[in-house]
Amino acid sequence: MAVSVAVQLEAFDVGAEYARLREGNTRDGAAAMFVGSVRDFNLGTGVSRLELEHYPGMTERVLGDIAEQARQRWQLGRVCIVHRIGPLDPGEDIVFVGATAEHRQAALDACAFIMDWLKSRAPFWKKERGPGGERWVEARESDQEALEKW
Amino acid sequence: MIRVLFFAGLREKLDCAALEVDSGGLETLADLREKLGERGDPWRRALADASLQMALNQHLATAASPVAAGDEVAFFPPVTGG
Repeated sequence: MAVSVAVQLEAFDVGAEYARLREGNTRDGAAAMFVGSVRDFNLGTGVSRLELEHYPGMTERVLGDIAEQARQRWQLGRVCIVHRIGPLDPGEDIVFVGATAEHRQAALDACAFIMDWLKSRAPFWKKERGPGGERWVEARESDQEALEKW
Repeated sequence: MIRVLFFAGLREKLDCAALEVDSGGLETLADLREKLGERGDPWRRALADASLQMALNQHLATAASPVAAGDEVAFFPPVTGG
């Protein structure tokens, strides 16, 4: 697997994802990973549950395209993106991004690049449930600005 | 026909996840947006939101993008994944 993309209801196992990045891969000396989790607090109110909606088909295609862009930019071995959908509780992991390379800088940069593009291009939407009811999370200007450094 | 999809807060505002629109007389996504607005005030108001994003056959598109029969178009709020 040079590139692996999964959009799934089920929880993922960070250890298993790391093992897949490393298995039989003795050429790469570096593996960088990012894991995003559900927070129990956002914009001043508690969050008791998160619901993640996506655009089936387009989501997988966009994530695959972002992974390919990263591979064109850096010398990468493997790239893995896992994103969850459906209901999630605080503390649960939402997203995993992993990249391997011969040396650390490419792997670290590729993870940051993939996350920045995922945040502002992949068609996912979060709805938070808290004491005041439900609300759709609004996009942040800073996520769009994060793309400028690439 | 053009298949039109709506997601997240927009889907809830319109109480509609998907519908089919006759492609006759439509040249661009702006035309399609205009035509959908004719379905009533809630549609006109919701679709007037300048922050809405559009996808044409699952690729991000603009109001000027041309549409034709058989296309899949989606309207949605700015994305918030990750």
